[in-house]
Amino acid sequence: MRRPDAVGWSKPLVVLLALLPLALLVLAVLHNTLGPDPVSQLEKRTGIWALRLLLLTLAITPLRRFTGWNALIRYRRMLGLFTFFYASVHLTVYLVIDLGGFWSQIFTEIAKKPYITVGFAAWLLLIPLAVTSTRGMMRRLGRRWGQLHKLVYAIGVLAILHFVWQVKFGQTIAVREPVVYAAILVALLLARWRPRRQALAISARPAPARSPVPAPPP
Amino acid sequence: MPTRRPPDLPERDVTPEAIYQDRRRLVRLLALSPLALAACSPKGEAGAPTPAPPPPAPGTALSFTPNPAFHTQGPLTSWQDVTHYNNYYEFGTSKSDPALNSGAFKPKPWSVTVGGECEAPGIFALEDLIRGIPLEQRIYRHRCVEAWSMVIPWVGFPLGTLLKRFKPTSRARYVAFTTVDRPGQMPGLSYPVLDWPYREGLRIDEAMHPLTLLAVGVYGRVLPNQNGAPLRLVVPWKYGFKSTKAIVQIAFSETRPVTSWSQAAPDRYGFYANVNPDVGTVPWSQHTERRIAGSGFSLFGNRIATRLFNGYADQVASLYAGMDLGRDY
Repeated sequence: MRRPDAVGWSKPLVVLLALLPLALLVLAVLHNTLGPDPVSQLEKRTGIWALRLLLLTLAITPLRRFTGWNALIRYRRMLGLFTFFYASVHLTVYLVIDLGGFWSQIFTEIAKKPYITVGFAAWLLLIPLAVTSTRGMMRRLGRRWGQLHKLVYAIGVLAILHFVWQVKFGQTIAVREPVVYAAILVALLLARWRPRRQALAISARPAPARSPVPAPPP
Repeated sequence: MPTRRPPDLPERDVTPEAIYQDRRRLVRLLALSPLALAACSPKGEAGAPTPAPPPPAPGTALSFTPNPAFHTQGPLTSWQDVTHYNNYYEFGTSKSDPALNSGAFKPKPWSVTVGGECEAPGIFALEDLIRGIPLEQRIYRHRCVEAWSMVIPWVGFPLGTLLKRFKPTSRARYVAFTTVDRPGQMPGLSYPVLDWPYREGLRIDEAMHPLTLLAVGVYGRVLPNQNGAPLRLVVPWKYGFKSTKAIVQIAFSETRPVTSWSQAAPDRYGFYANVNPDVGTVPWSQHTERRIAGSGFSLFGNRIATRLFNGYADQVASLYAGMDLGRDY
């Protein structure tokens, strides 16, 4: 077994940090400081933390490339699982507390309200990622693991849609918040674009050496 | 063999010394309590549905008679929630904005312009307009199109009582209401959310219906700015946006007036905007609503089924006999 290093030691701290928003929310519920409509506040805050953790997870790879601090990768699974955790709490609050008692409504809500359809889809797509997050699953899936986990990009887009779609008609100010998150997502996606092109350029160069195809005549 | 039994009263049940020492003061307080209760008791008749007055709230107390014919079962929404959680886009689009941004609004002096198809139009000072009309308190359900609802004790009078004074002509088939437009006092007006000023309207029979109220107060006090001071409409069987706030203009017309929300998003908001669980508007389905009422925090059990005409069907359904409510939403 590996001796815990800085990352190993800091992991419990990251766990505590990731649980802090939930703890603060529970405290707010107990002290009744969530305002007139605590249920919608619970939904908003668990949802926003799911999105923030998703963006943090997506930030690991570009951060690693820019800083060269490769150990960062070891936080990624944990952040991804916390994304799933907060998304699940978010969904549970909606289903159990908000819709509580109106079970038959759940299906119509998911099917008829587009923002709930995409939100639910995002949560469903998180499931296979959470399930295959173990080391054993990584080994078993091999290259396909990486392909499967590309789903996270789709999840990010769905999550942003889920957010933007809820903004009330004419809420010019309220639309700023989802737009900021959308911009961060776009930036994080673009940040991985460039290195990949470089990687392609690098792999393209030795390619002719491996398969000496004669150059077409000028 | 004798066993040691723990004493029947555990240590934690012992009265804390501070409370024990305070017992004489508690007895004194109890002796005074009938006086305190008398001071707190509402002005209303015994048995009349008068809600507990809010804790020392800002605003001038109004004199009114509770009208037990318009009562709503179940707990009221608190003064705090009624006055700090509502939509009033002239002060901002968030539900906390009206309370935050309405401090500079001046509801006095106030005048209302009445015109259109009536024999006695004019510009009236609010005091003259409502002089001699007895105020009553009615507890109404309030249903927002965003699928939340409240139970609110309004103070006001039937709109019809006032409208009759202007002698509407036979051509007056609709009544339009306009909200005041003061960009300097209403920061939300700087955003082109709607085509300001805010305009709403009712069919004349809806306006004359005894349920339709013009409110000047809530919870026994003068309306706070954020709730539509000094004069607002309350149409309890329609979605909240029909209930025009801070009314400066009333106009009778033969043709249906253009109303702000149906102009902005005609596929979502109709002219009638009757509460109807079967006619949904994207993105809010209207089957159920979350009731914001009661005291203390209550996370569970707030969702209730929405009723046709917000539960006032027995009184207003006849207004829409023969109409297709799905088309005329």
